[in-house]
Amino acid sequence: MTRAKPSNGNKERTIYVCQGTGCISGKSFEITEALKKAVKEQGLQGVNIDFTGCHGFCEQGPVAIVEPEGIFYAHVTVADVPEIVESHLRDGKPVERLFYKDPVSGEAIPYHKDIKFYSMQQRIVLRNCGRLNPERIEDYMAVGGYESLKKVLKEITPEQVIDEVKRSGLRGRGGAGFPTGTKWEFCHNAVGDQKYMICNADEGDPGAFMDRSTMEGDPHTVIEGMTIAAYAIGASEGYIYIRAEYPLAVKRVRLAIQQAEEKGFLGDKIQGSDFSLHIHVKEGAGAFVCGEETALLASIEGKRGMPRPRPPFPANSGLWGKPTTINNVKSLATVPVIIDKGTEWYASTGTEKSKGTCVFALTGKIANSGLIEVPMGIPLRKIIYEIGGGIPGNKKFKAVQTGGPSGGCLPESFLDQSVDYESLAAAGSMMGSGGMVVMDEETCMVDVARYFLSFTQAESCGKCVPCRIGTKQMLDILERICQGEGRPEDIPLLQQLGEQIKAGSLCGLGQTAPNPVLTTLRYFRDEYEAHINEKRCPALSCTKLISFYILPDKCQGCGICARECPTECIAGGKRMVHVIDQEKCVRCGTCLEVCPERFSAIIKVSAEEVDVPSEPIPVKEKPKAAAA
Amino acid sequence: MDKITLTINGQEVKATRGMTVLEAAQSADIYVPTLCHYPDLEPYGGCRLCIVEIEKMRGLPTACTTPATDGMVVTTESSAIQQVRQTSLELILSTHPCDCLECHRRERCGPYDICLRHVAVTDRCVVCPANDNCELQQVADYIGVHELRIPRDTMPRTIDTSNPFFDLDRNRCILCARCVRACQEITGVGAIDMAYRGYGMKVATFGDMPLMDSICRSCGECMVRCPVGAITPKDTVLPEREVKTVCTYCGIGCSMYLGVKDDKVISVRGDEQGPANQGRLCVKGRFGIAEFVNHRERLTTPLIRKNGRLVKASWDEALDFIAGKLGKYRGDEVAVISSAKSTNEDNYVMQKLARAVLGTNNVDHCARL
Repeated sequence: MTRAKPSNGNKERTIYVCQGTGCISGKSFEITEALKKAVKEQGLQGVNIDFTGCHGFCEQGPVAIVEPEGIFYAHVTVADVPEIVESHLRDGKPVERLFYKDPVSGEAIPYHKDIKFYSMQQRIVLRNCGRLNPERIEDYMAVGGYESLKKVLKEITPEQVIDEVKRSGLRGRGGAGFPTGTKWEFCHNAVGDQKYMICNADEGDPGAFMDRSTMEGDPHTVIEGMTIAAYAIGASEGYIYIRAEYPLAVKRVRLAIQQAEEKGFLGDKIQGSDFSLHIHVKEGAGAFVCGEETALLASIEGKRGMPRPRPPFPANSGLWGKPTTINNVKSLATVPVIIDKGTEWYASTGTEKSKGTCVFALTGKIANSGLIEVPMGIPLRKIIYEIGGGIPGNKKFKAVQTGGPSGGCLPESFLDQSVDYESLAAAGSMMGSGGMVVMDEETCMVDVARYFLSFTQAESCGKCVPCRIGTKQMLDILERICQGEGRPEDIPLLQQLGEQIKAGSLCGLGQTAPNPVLTTLRYFRDEYEAHINEKRCPALSCTKLISFYILPDKCQGCGICARECPTECIAGGKRMVHVIDQEKCVRCGTCLEVCPERFSAIIKVSAEEVDVPSEPIPVKEKPKAAAA
Repeated sequence: MDKITLTINGQEVKATRGMTVLEAAQSADIYVPTLCHYPDLEPYGGCRLCIVEIEKMRGLPTACTTPATDGMVVTTESSAIQQVRQTSLELILSTHPCDCLECHRRERCGPYDICLRHVAVTDRCVVCPANDNCELQQVADYIGVHELRIPRDTMPRTIDTSNPFFDLDRNRCILCARCVRACQEITGVGAIDMAYRGYGMKVATFGDMPLMDSICRSCGECMVRCPVGAITPKDTVLPEREVKTVCTYCGIGCSMYLGVKDDKVISVRGDEQGPANQGRLCVKGRFGIAEFVNHRERLTTPLIRKNGRLVKASWDEALDFIAGKLGKYRGDEVAVISSAKSTNEDNYVMQKLARAVLGTNNVDHCARL
């Protein structure tokens, strides 16, 4: 992408507005329409308004990029449109106030390529996301799309494709990390008159949206990868299983399939070869467990989405008992690049056992939340502090959870840990489908474990005993602990239940659901002990264990807290030291939020008695014992 | 038949290809605890009690779902297996009224003793029709779980008593899905399935309606396979002895055992060796025999109308009477209708009599009418 000088006002420009789901919710449809209207009103020549899929930097949304300069605008609103059109598109003067501001230095950064969030990334799966119009196959073809498929069909045998993918070291990006080439080989060698190729796009992890963004931002790469995979295994029918909660992804994938069929990249006798593939879209009904491959197969077959034990593996007996390969969206999106740039190129990125890049949905207590793609082996510290821009509000880092709701929580000592399948598994966490939640000192680890378990417990299909009942029992114990009703024997019981649920469950859901509990028990046991033995929440987060007090030497009797208190439990009066009725207080924290910063009279404590007057007393009058 | 040899607990076991590890173990009389497995149902792998260790396989695979292969080395007992089994079983028991296992009087009580104290009224062993005939009790005894580290869930669940022949008590259900699979795989009806997810999962009909308002045909195949007392007949009386017989309701010839107590038929059990039914019965055979056999209006001898009144007669008398009457007619003067309750052979003989002896082709059958 060449960049023209910003002053060149006559150069043909295109402004790409992000139309990923995040930016659409920030009104990017309206922004696009407003831009079109404004450009027309101004009668500007040589200005195109276009849209792309997700840029990944959803924190800054809605975003827009003006090409060819590569100017990046963040937090664009409809009200900003006239200024962008008049100042930048007409007069060639970019709108500085919409530039991205570095969270650390506060410096405004005009160019997309200079933003650390992007410059530190290495994008393979997301290479086209935010760069082209996902609803036009021509855009994809213009950047070399479908060339890999053409090359494969013309020059390479299925065995060679499998060999290439095997040598590239690509491992399944759905979480388990099984070598993709080997998986294809099993299916290729399996005996069957009909084989199926399935793309697993049932992304169910809360907070994860990488598969969604890939399908919304670059659906053709998924289709191309899937077609190459189908060629390698010998499948003539394919399914893309997308959850119905992703309507935009469903729409764009359907459109992409139609366009690919029109251009002869799908359908009968693709590109004049003997290879045919028909891809169908199956919309999932929203069960998290349907991301598990055997449950997904059952769901496509119209049965209740429940996993079944393996063996037999889908490679031998999959959809309707036929040999089937199931790959994640990201694995498939990588395949065209491997074919195009070669196995050596791909394998040069990453660690010895984990090759290539991994995509993470970075969320939680982090400055730059969004979608990132980084080389395998990158240390966690680099992701959190450089790409992620650190923890906002000068808070201290406490833990990072990787791999979605079943991943483990890793403490600060693991920040220099390399991010790859083996290292994360050794630490008790996992790669998973790529969620990454950052937690700061205000996060209670017991509560975090409880939260994630409440998700996996609710999403258990109910088929096998350890997952159905075991996670419920663990959740009950955690809820008790968070309410200050924990017992010392709870810790060993949680440990035993967790380990045995992992060992005894049928599918990956139950086998990983206890991870957040087991890792927090391993790395943050002191927090559990504080909750159980001292009835204290060190992070001051569990509402049943905290109290709010108004310090008599600081309260100025302004009365804001009393006015805002939803339960009217604060007594006081003008120029009187206010007092919270601890019996009535619901620990909502409103008083703490509204108390003017210059007074800072309200404190939050856990398992502590603070000496405050029982009745309101006049301000400034020297308190008798309270100061002691 | 393709024979394979595997080693289970150090013992060489001959099996047939296609068998699961569990079937191979059972064929060699090696007990592996299980609750969701049933011989004529597809493997399920839900109860997780039949976990074993198999060399060259990761983790603890379930014996009921893993195909046995030649040279496989299987261990069915180890401390790791025992721990996971114990936990799984404790979890199952936490959702099941299990005072029958915990009660300290259990060893002292005989099978039919009436319990007056010790446990809550609704949880007493005597209120469960499956007491002493409960697979969960057997498995718990084998694995050795008699107290729980985790609290019992006492939340009441709905009981479906709408069916006239059996009740579905979800409080006792352990969700092994045998009933659901029987309804789908054996009868092909599919009246019940698992509904809802996770901890809220339960056996339900379409729309969670009562069984009577569903497409349930009341055959009771679910009931037969229930390992606990969740699906039980409305009237459970244990027979003193059983008599093998063939169902008289239709011509299929389902083989069955009638349970007898005080010289009365009180129960019916399908004969698994029965060539026509392999243990299966329909609603009439399973639930309709005792009532009609014991009914006071049931005909036990032939009746002949004499002077306008039906009078009891012996078979010889009756047959002579019929032969005498039939002898007066020939050819198209006579027609023969036979019954669907008769066997094929009986019906064949009937039409032979019609055609060869009575000389008529006017032969019909009640099933066609």
